[in-house]
Amino acid sequence: MSHLLHMAQPAFVPPSSSDFFFNPAFGSSFLATKPVMLVMFSVILIAAFFTVSARKAAVVPSRLQFAGEMVYGFVRNSIGKDVIGEEYQRFVPFLFAIFTFVLTNNLFGVVPFMQFPTMSHIGFPVSITIFVYLVYHYVAIKKKGLGRYLKEMCFMPGVPKAVYVILAPVEFLTYFAVRPLTLAMRLFGNMFAGHLLLLLFTLGGEYMLKSALFVKFFAILSFGMAIGLSFFEMGIQCLQAYIFTLLAALYIAGALADEH
Amino acid sequence: MKGTLSIVGFGLSTIGPGTATGLIFAAYINGVARQPEARSILQPIAFLGFALAEALAIFGLVLAFVLK
Repeated sequence: MSHLLHMAQPAFVPPSSSDFFFNPAFGSSFLATKPVMLVMFSVILIAAFFTVSARKAAVVPSRLQFAGEMVYGFVRNSIGKDVIGEEYQRFVPFLFAIFTFVLTNNLFGVVPFMQFPTMSHIGFPVSITIFVYLVYHYVAIKKKGLGRYLKEMCFMPGVPKAVYVILAPVEFLTYFAVRPLTLAMRLFGNMFAGHLLLLLFTLGGEYMLKSALFVKFFAILSFGMAIGLSFFEMGIQCLQAYIFTLLAALYIAGALADEH
Repeated sequence: MKGTLSIVGFGLSTIGPGTATGLIFAAYINGVARQPEARSILQPIAFLGFALAEALAIFGLVLAFVLK
Protein backbone atom coordinates (compact mmCIF):
# COMPACT_ATOMS: atom_id res chain seq x y z
CA MET A 1 0.00 0.00 0.00
CA SER A 2 2.96 2.28 0.57
CA HIS A 3 3.54 2.88 -3.14
CA LEU A 4 -0.08 4.04 -3.40
CA LEU A 5 0.51 6.56 -0.64
CA HIS A 6 3.67 7.90 -2.20
CA MET A 7 2.12 8.25 -5.61
CA ALA A 8 0.03 11.32 -5.05
CA GLN A 9 1.72 13.67 -2.62
CA PRO A 10 4.55 14.17 -0.11
CA ALA A 11 4.67 12.12 3.08
CA PHE A 12 2.20 12.75 5.89
CA VAL A 13 3.37 15.27 8.47
CA PRO A 14 1.99 14.26 11.86
CA PRO A 15 0.71 17.05 14.15
CA SER A 16 3.19 18.21 16.76
CA SER A 17 3.41 20.67 19.60
CA SER A 18 4.09 23.45 17.08
CA ASP A 19 0.42 23.20 16.03
CA PHE A 20 -0.51 24.71 19.38
CA PHE A 21 1.01 28.10 18.65
CA PHE A 22 -0.97 30.74 16.86
CA ASN A 23 -0.02 34.01 15.28
CA PRO A 24 -1.82 37.08 16.62
CA ALA A 25 -5.10 37.75 14.84
CA PHE A 26 -4.15 41.41 14.54
CA GLY A 27 -1.17 43.48 15.60
CA SER A 28 1.78 41.71 17.18
CA SER A 29 0.74 41.50 20.84
CA PHE A 30 0.31 38.06 22.44
CA LEU A 31 -3.02 39.39 23.74
CA ALA A 32 -4.45 38.96 20.26
CA THR A 33 -3.65 35.25 19.96
CA LYS A 34 -6.39 32.64 19.97
CA PRO A 35 -5.84 31.16 23.48
CA VAL A 36 -5.85 34.55 25.19
CA MET A 37 -8.93 35.70 23.33
CA LEU A 38 -10.67 32.44 24.24
CA VAL A 39 -9.85 33.00 27.92
CA MET A 40 -11.30 36.52 27.80
CA PHE A 41 -14.36 35.24 25.98
CA SER A 42 -14.84 32.48 28.56
CA VAL A 43 -14.88 35.02 31.39
CA ILE A 44 -17.52 37.10 29.61
CA LEU A 45 -19.51 33.97 28.82
CA ILE A 46 -19.49 32.68 32.40
CA ALA A 47 -20.35 36.07 33.86
CA ALA A 48 -23.18 36.59 31.37
CA PHE A 49 -24.62 33.11 31.87
CA PHE A 50 -24.76 33.26 35.65
CA THR A 51 -25.94 36.86 35.74
CA VAL A 52 -28.82 36.08 33.40
CA SER A 53 -29.68 32.79 35.12
CA ALA A 54 -29.77 34.41 38.58
CA ARG A 55 -31.43 37.71 37.65
CA LYS A 56 -35.04 36.64 37.84
CA ALA A 57 -34.53 34.19 40.65
CA ALA A 58 -37.80 32.65 41.79
CA VAL A 59 -38.85 29.91 44.17
CA VAL A 60 -40.07 27.92 41.19
CA PRO A 61 -37.01 28.18 38.96
CA SER A 62 -37.06 28.75 35.23
CA ARG A 63 -35.07 26.37 33.06
CA LEU A 64 -32.10 28.69 32.90
CA GLN A 65 -32.12 29.31 36.63
CA PHE A 66 -32.32 25.58 37.19
CA ALA A 67 -29.27 24.99 34.99
CA GLY A 68 -27.28 27.64 36.82
CA GLU A 69 -28.33 26.34 40.22
CA MET A 70 -27.48 22.79 39.22
CA VAL A 71 -23.87 23.72 38.46
CA TYR A 72 -23.63 25.77 41.64
CA GLY A 73 -25.27 23.06 43.72
CA PHE A 74 -22.94 20.43 42.30
CA VAL A 75 -19.83 22.39 43.25
CA ARG A 76 -21.23 23.41 46.63
CA ASN A 77 -22.52 20.04 47.75
CA SER A 78 -20.48 17.30 46.14
CA ILE A 79 -17.16 19.15 46.05
CA GLY A 80 -17.39 21.77 48.82
CA LYS A 81 -19.53 20.21 51.52
CA ASP A 82 -18.53 16.58 51.08
CA VAL A 83 -14.80 17.21 50.90
CA ILE A 84 -14.02 20.26 53.05
CA GLY A 85 -16.65 19.75 55.73
CA GLU A 86 -17.75 22.33 58.31
CA GLU A 87 -15.95 25.40 57.00
CA TYR A 88 -16.80 24.78 53.36
CA GLN A 89 -18.96 27.87 52.93
CA ARG A 90 -16.16 30.40 52.53
CA PHE A 91 -14.37 28.34 49.87
CA VAL A 92 -17.39 27.80 47.65
CA PRO A 93 -16.89 30.97 45.54
CA PHE A 94 -13.26 30.03 44.94
CA LEU A 95 -14.07 26.45 43.98
CA PHE A 96 -17.01 27.55 41.88
CA ALA A 97 -14.88 30.05 39.95
CA ILE A 98 -12.21 27.42 39.29
CA PHE A 99 -14.73 24.81 38.20
CA THR A 100 -16.67 27.00 35.76
CA PHE A 101 -13.52 28.60 34.37
CA VAL A 102 -11.74 25.32 33.74
CA LEU A 103 -14.87 23.62 32.43
CA THR A 104 -15.69 26.38 29.94
CA ASN A 105 -12.15 26.63 28.70
CA ASN A 106 -11.88 22.85 28.33
CA LEU A 107 -15.16 22.60 26.45
CA PHE A 108 -13.88 25.14 23.91
CA GLY A 109 -11.92 22.16 22.60
CA VAL A 110 -15.00 20.63 20.99
CA VAL A 111 -17.08 23.74 20.23
CA PRO A 112 -17.11 24.24 16.45
CA PHE A 113 -15.08 27.22 15.15
CA MET A 114 -13.21 27.49 18.45
CA GLN A 115 -11.95 23.90 18.76
CA PHE A 116 -9.04 24.71 20.96
CA PRO A 117 -8.91 23.82 24.65
CA THR A 118 -7.22 26.84 26.23
CA MET A 119 -5.81 24.68 29.00
CA SER A 120 -3.56 22.89 26.50
CA HIS A 121 -1.21 25.84 26.96
CA ILE A 122 0.73 25.18 30.15
CA GLY A 123 0.57 28.84 31.25
CA PHE A 124 -3.14 28.80 32.00
CA PRO A 125 -3.22 25.72 34.27
CA VAL A 126 -0.10 27.02 36.00
CA SER A 127 -1.70 30.35 36.82
CA ILE A 128 -4.80 28.69 38.33
CA THR A 129 -2.54 26.32 40.24
CA ILE A 130 -0.65 29.27 41.72
CA PHE A 131 -3.92 30.51 43.22
CA VAL A 132 -4.72 27.08 44.66
CA TYR A 133 -1.17 26.76 45.99
CA LEU A 134 -1.29 30.14 47.72
CA VAL A 135 -4.76 29.52 49.14
CA TYR A 136 -4.10 26.15 50.76
CA HIS A 137 -0.79 27.22 52.26
CA TYR A 138 -2.27 30.50 53.50
CA VAL A 139 -5.26 28.73 55.06
CA ALA A 140 -3.01 26.22 56.84
CA ILE A 141 -0.50 28.77 58.10
CA LYS A 142 -3.26 31.07 59.30
CA LYS A 143 -4.95 28.27 61.19
CA LYS A 144 -1.97 26.43 62.65
CA GLY A 145 0.98 28.79 62.41
CA LEU A 146 4.00 28.04 60.26
CA GLY A 147 5.85 25.91 62.83
CA ARG A 148 2.96 23.60 63.65
CA TYR A 149 2.01 23.35 59.99
CA LEU A 150 5.48 22.19 58.99
CA LYS A 151 5.69 19.85 61.96
CA GLU A 152 2.37 18.19 61.23
CA MET A 153 3.27 18.02 57.56
CA CYS A 154 6.65 16.32 57.95
CA PHE A 155 6.20 14.32 61.16
CA MET A 156 2.91 12.53 61.06
CA PRO A 157 2.20 10.64 64.27
CA GLY A 158 2.31 6.88 64.66
CA VAL A 159 5.41 6.24 62.57
CA PRO A 160 8.69 4.71 63.86
CA LYS A 161 11.33 7.42 64.37
CA ALA A 162 13.84 5.96 61.89
CA VAL A 163 11.31 6.24 59.06
CA TYR A 164 11.16 10.02 59.44
CA VAL A 165 14.56 10.26 57.71
CA ILE A 166 12.84 9.28 54.47
CA LEU A 167 9.29 10.33 55.23
CA ALA A 168 9.90 13.94 56.26
CA PRO A 169 11.59 15.08 53.00
CA VAL A 170 9.07 13.15 50.92
CA GLU A 171 6.11 14.74 52.68
CA PHE A 172 7.71 18.17 52.46
CA LEU A 173 8.28 17.75 48.73
CA THR A 174 4.72 16.48 48.27
CA TYR A 175 3.25 19.62 49.77
CA PHE A 176 5.56 22.13 48.14
CA ALA A 177 6.50 20.66 44.78
CA VAL A 178 4.65 17.53 43.74
CA ARG A 179 1.12 18.75 44.43
CA PRO A 180 1.24 21.95 42.38
CA LEU A 181 3.25 20.25 39.63
CA THR A 182 0.83 17.36 39.23
CA LEU A 183 -2.19 19.63 39.50
CA ALA A 184 -1.04 21.84 36.62
CA MET A 185 0.49 19.07 34.53
CA ARG A 186 -2.55 16.79 34.77
CA LEU A 187 -4.90 19.37 33.34
CA PHE A 188 -2.39 20.52 30.74
CA GLY A 189 -1.42 17.00 29.72
CA ASN A 190 -4.98 15.78 29.32
CA MET A 191 -6.05 18.73 27.21
CA PHE A 192 -2.85 18.66 25.16
CA ALA A 193 -3.08 14.94 24.48
CA GLY A 194 -6.77 15.12 23.66
CA HIS A 195 -6.36 17.95 21.21
CA LEU A 196 -3.37 16.26 19.59
CA LEU A 197 -5.38 13.06 19.15
CA LEU A 198 -8.23 14.91 17.43
CA LEU A 199 -5.71 16.74 15.23
CA LEU A 200 -4.07 13.46 14.26
CA PHE A 201 -7.30 11.85 13.08
CA THR A 202 -8.65 14.88 11.24
CA LEU A 203 -5.32 15.67 9.54
CA GLY A 204 -4.85 11.99 8.76
CA GLY A 205 -8.34 11.82 7.24
CA GLU A 206 -7.70 14.92 5.19
CA TYR A 207 -4.42 13.50 3.94
CA MET A 208 -6.02 10.20 2.96
CA LEU A 209 -8.87 12.00 1.22
CA LYS A 210 -6.35 13.63 -1.09
CA SER A 211 -4.62 10.30 -1.81
CA ALA A 212 -5.42 7.55 -4.32
CA LEU A 213 -8.95 6.19 -4.59
CA PHE A 214 -8.25 3.02 -2.63
CA VAL A 215 -6.92 5.05 0.31
CA LYS A 216 -9.85 7.47 0.26
CA PHE A 217 -12.02 4.73 1.75
CA PHE A 218 -9.94 4.76 4.93
CA ALA A 219 -10.50 8.49 5.33
CA ILE A 220 -14.06 7.69 6.38
CA LEU A 221 -12.73 5.54 9.19
CA SER A 222 -10.36 8.29 10.27
CA PHE A 223 -13.06 10.98 10.31
CA GLY A 224 -15.37 8.56 12.13
CA MET A 225 -12.70 8.08 14.77
CA ALA A 226 -12.33 11.86 15.07
CA ILE A 227 -16.06 12.28 15.68
CA GLY A 228 -16.15 9.43 18.20
CA LEU A 229 -13.13 10.82 20.00
CA SER A 230 -14.74 14.27 20.14
CA PHE A 231 -17.48 12.81 22.33
CA PHE A 232 -14.91 10.94 24.39
CA GLU A 233 -13.00 14.21 24.79
CA MET A 234 -16.14 15.96 26.03
CA GLY A 235 -16.31 13.43 28.84
CA ILE A 236 -12.62 13.89 29.63
CA GLN A 237 -12.98 17.68 29.64
CA CYS A 238 -15.79 17.59 32.19
CA LEU A 239 -13.95 15.00 34.25
CA GLN A 240 -10.74 17.04 34.33
CA ALA A 241 -12.59 20.17 35.46
CA TYR A 242 -14.17 18.08 38.22
CA ILE A 243 -10.87 16.50 39.24
CA PHE A 244 -9.03 19.82 39.28
CA THR A 245 -11.65 21.36 41.57
CA LEU A 246 -11.88 18.21 43.69
CA LEU A 247 -8.13 18.19 44.25
CA ALA A 248 -8.12 21.89 45.10
CA ALA A 249 -10.85 21.18 47.67
CA LEU A 250 -8.91 18.19 49.02
CA TYR A 251 -5.77 20.25 49.48
CA ILE A 252 -7.76 22.91 51.32
CA ALA A 253 -9.41 20.22 53.43
CA GLY A 254 -5.98 18.81 54.25
CA ALA A 255 -4.78 22.26 55.26
CA LEU A 256 -7.76 22.69 57.57
CA ALA A 257 -7.63 19.23 59.13
CA ASP A 258 -6.26 19.09 62.65
CA GLU A 259 -4.26 15.93 62.26
CA HIS A 260 -3.40 13.52 59.52
CA MET B 1 9.58 4.45 8.90
CA LYS B 2 10.71 7.21 11.22
CA GLY B 3 9.81 8.15 14.76
CA THR B 4 11.25 8.79 18.16
CA LEU B 5 11.99 6.29 20.89
CA SER B 6 10.38 8.59 23.44
CA ILE B 7 6.94 7.72 22.07
CA VAL B 8 7.72 4.04 22.68
CA GLY B 9 8.79 5.07 26.17
CA PHE B 10 5.45 6.80 26.65
CA GLY B 11 3.68 3.64 25.58
CA LEU B 12 5.64 1.66 28.18
CA SER B 13 4.97 4.29 30.85
CA THR B 14 1.21 3.92 30.43
CA ILE B 15 1.24 0.23 31.43
CA GLY B 16 1.52 1.00 35.13
CA PRO B 17 -1.10 3.79 35.34
CA GLY B 18 -3.41 1.79 33.07
CA THR B 19 -3.30 -1.21 35.39
CA ALA B 20 -3.66 1.06 38.42
CA THR B 21 -6.72 2.83 37.01
CA GLY B 22 -8.31 -0.53 36.27
CA LEU B 23 -7.71 -1.73 39.82
CA ILE B 24 -9.04 1.50 41.34
CA PHE B 25 -12.31 1.41 39.43
CA ALA B 26 -12.66 -2.35 40.02
CA ALA B 27 -12.47 -1.66 43.74
CA TYR B 28 -14.87 1.26 43.44
CA ILE B 29 -17.43 -0.81 41.53
CA ASN B 30 -17.07 -3.62 44.05
CA GLY B 31 -17.64 -1.22 46.90
CA VAL B 32 -20.73 0.35 45.34
CA ALA B 33 -22.13 -3.06 44.40
CA ARG B 34 -21.81 -4.26 47.98
CA GLN B 35 -23.03 -1.06 49.55
CA PRO B 36 -24.86 1.25 47.12
CA GLU B 37 -25.43 3.92 49.79
CA ALA B 38 -21.66 4.41 50.15
CA ARG B 39 -21.47 5.73 46.60
CA SER B 40 -21.16 9.42 47.48
CA ILE B 41 -18.33 8.67 49.91
CA LEU B 42 -16.46 6.37 47.54
CA GLN B 43 -16.74 8.52 44.42
CA PRO B 44 -14.31 11.32 45.34
CA ILE B 45 -11.87 8.77 46.75
CA ALA B 46 -12.01 6.74 43.54
CA PHE B 47 -11.50 9.79 41.35
CA LEU B 48 -8.69 11.05 43.53
CA GLY B 49 -6.91 7.72 43.21
CA PHE B 50 -7.57 7.70 39.49
CA ALA B 51 -6.19 11.23 39.13
CA LEU B 52 -3.05 10.38 41.08
CA ALA B 53 -2.39 7.22 39.05
CA GLU B 54 -3.15 8.98 35.79
CA ALA B 55 -0.70 11.79 36.58
CA LEU B 56 2.14 9.31 35.99
CA ALA B 57 0.95 8.60 32.46
CA ILE B 58 0.65 12.33 31.83
CA PHE B 59 4.23 12.83 33.00
CA GLY B 60 5.23 10.19 30.48
CA LEU B 61 3.42 12.06 27.72
CA VAL B 62 4.93 15.42 28.62
CA LEU B 63 8.42 13.94 28.85
CA ALA B 64 7.93 12.20 25.51
CA PHE B 65 7.49 15.62 23.95
CA VAL B 66 10.15 17.35 26.00
CA LEU B 67 12.97 14.85 25.42
CA LYS B 68 13.60 14.80 21.73
